[in-house]
Amino acid sequence: MASDVAPPPVRDSAPAPAGRRTTFVSGERVSRTWMVIATAVMALASIYFLVPVVWLVIAATKSTGDLFSTPGFAFADFNLLENLQALSTYQDGIFWRWGLNSIIYSVLGSALTTLVCAITGYALAVYRFRGRAALISVVLASLLVPGTVIAQPTYVLLVSLGLDNTYAGLLLPALVYPFGVLLCFIFAQSSVPLELVEAARLDGAGELRIFVAIGLRLLASGLVTVLLFAFLGSWNSYILPLLVLTDAELMPLTVGLTGWNQASITIPGLQILTVVGSLVSIIPIAIVFLSLQRFWKAGLTAGSVRG
Amino acid sequence: MSTSTATGSRRRRHGAVSPWAPYLFVAPFVVLFLLFLVAPIAVAFVNSLFSRQSSGLGFGGSSIEFVGLANFVRAFADRDFLIGFPRVLLYGAVQVPVMMAIAAFFALLFDTALVKGRRFFQFTVFLPYAVPSVIAALLWGFLYQPSVSPVLQFFESVGITLSPLASTVVLWSIANVALWSLVGINMIILFSALQSVPREMYEAARIDGAGEVRTALQIKLPMIAPAVLLTTLSSIIGTLQLFNEPQVLQTITSNIPSDYTPNMAIYATSTLGKDPHLASAMAVILGLATLVVSLLVLAANKRTTNRAGHGL
Repeated sequence: MASDVAPPPVRDSAPAPAGRRTTFVSGERVSRTWMVIATAVMALASIYFLVPVVWLVIAATKSTGDLFSTPGFAFADFNLLENLQALSTYQDGIFWRWGLNSIIYSVLGSALTTLVCAITGYALAVYRFRGRAALISVVLASLLVPGTVIAQPTYVLLVSLGLDNTYAGLLLPALVYPFGVLLCFIFAQSSVPLELVEAARLDGAGELRIFVAIGLRLLASGLVTVLLFAFLGSWNSYILPLLVLTDAELMPLTVGLTGWNQASITIPGLQILTVVGSLVSIIPIAIVFLSLQRFWKAGLTAGSVRG
Repeated sequence: MSTSTATGSRRRRHGAVSPWAPYLFVAPFVVLFLLFLVAPIAVAFVNSLFSRQSSGLGFGGSSIEFVGLANFVRAFADRDFLIGFPRVLLYGAVQVPVMMAIAAFFALLFDTALVKGRRFFQFTVFLPYAVPSVIAALLWGFLYQPSVSPVLQFFESVGITLSPLASTVVLWSIANVALWSLVGINMIILFSALQSVPREMYEAARIDGAGEVRTALQIKLPMIAPAVLLTTLSSIIGTLQLFNEPQVLQTITSNIPSDYTPNMAIYATSTLGKDPHLASAMAVILGLATLVVSLLVLAANKRTTNRAGHGL
């Protein structure tokens, strides 16, 4: 029975010393009480974390009337399909346009961002050139620049460049991702052997080819991490699109849905559309994110050693 | 002859790689960096020194004129803008430590193997992180309205009337949204820090008869304390930028004015007030304030790590 309670050896712990079993007998009762308490505490806590999501799922199945007149956690008439249909047809299906925009900003944006970060980080790790040290310090220093504060000046700049209210106006500023450069630099230092680059050079390969064939390949798993972070950053971005975009056709989901939420004060039907739209917008990102945990966890560990 | 030239050129390539390659490689980043990070900062500084002056009775159009520090004087005379700073600092000083304490508590709990169904609970704590902060604010916005919220209705039915949007508590309702979103990711960071600690470190304590709880409090917690402190401080800096959650919740309550946080004031001045010059001055003030706080935190962190003998 004691073996049931004893914590499983998580790591390469040596075989338990002979004395351990005897001392554990006295600890066993304590452990079991604590186990019940700990699990109960977690069960209570998980209610807090799940309530908004569960409510969202249930609310998305209700009609506007039922949303206000039936208890929040009880299903009413199943109206999900009608809601989805209303979501798809409202303002000629602008919701899906927003979804497409979010995907363009996030997928295209994060792919380009990752490429820029990769080639910069790779160059910093593989080459010794004048200005390298300065560039590294500038990248480090720029981590101190708060992104949202420069949103307003960036907007002013985009207006003067004529890029406000365009896809490019939102995509280009996102390509500057100093933390991504830093991650790529760290990854490249540890995973691209200089000897291999030398050998490729001796074989007559050009520098760009070496980067594409060797650098990108060796950095691949690290790049997925940068890609994910960049993707999340774009998917969640709010203040810059709010400033830069006035054309509803160009808006991402975050801006579109909050606009609906605001308008729902005067247009009651929009409330349920906001609810359903929120649910629909969360599902794909939650699946992507939770299924790729391995990669961003690697990024977190790499990020924490930067100090 | 031809072979010797070939080896010669190989030598050359081997020794000094085509000298422009590294510059071409970093060029895209450097150009974008100058355009969208350095230039906006410069724009903010320059813009903050100018102002649009309407001439005559407002019919003759307007011109942009150099006004020196007048915009800064106006920003510092704006009580609502200024009060946003202590407000977000208070918010950060409460929200972040509470969040980190809960995250550390969960991480330690998960590390003890005391919790049954650990993977499920880790999943539920982490799930909110996959919800964009704007959507999270929308969601909680519904849960804060008595007309739709099952949570408020539940408390009402047991005789407790909650009004999370009242002016006295709305700041903490905003904090709750951030807490809900971010406990999970911090829990994961601390949990992986704990997992990377060699098990032998607390084998000894266990042999000496220390239970899971004592091991957690007396051995594990001190080990992750520096990481907790560092994350706490950098998160407090982040709260200076508070925008998304209050901006979204603003639409459902009049208790969050449009200049509730410094960043909201900048946004409102730029869009509603149509005064990008004043907004730039405010952005410069917020940026410098953030920089000062960050440098203080870095200095404090250096001191603590030096005292501890080794860096993180």
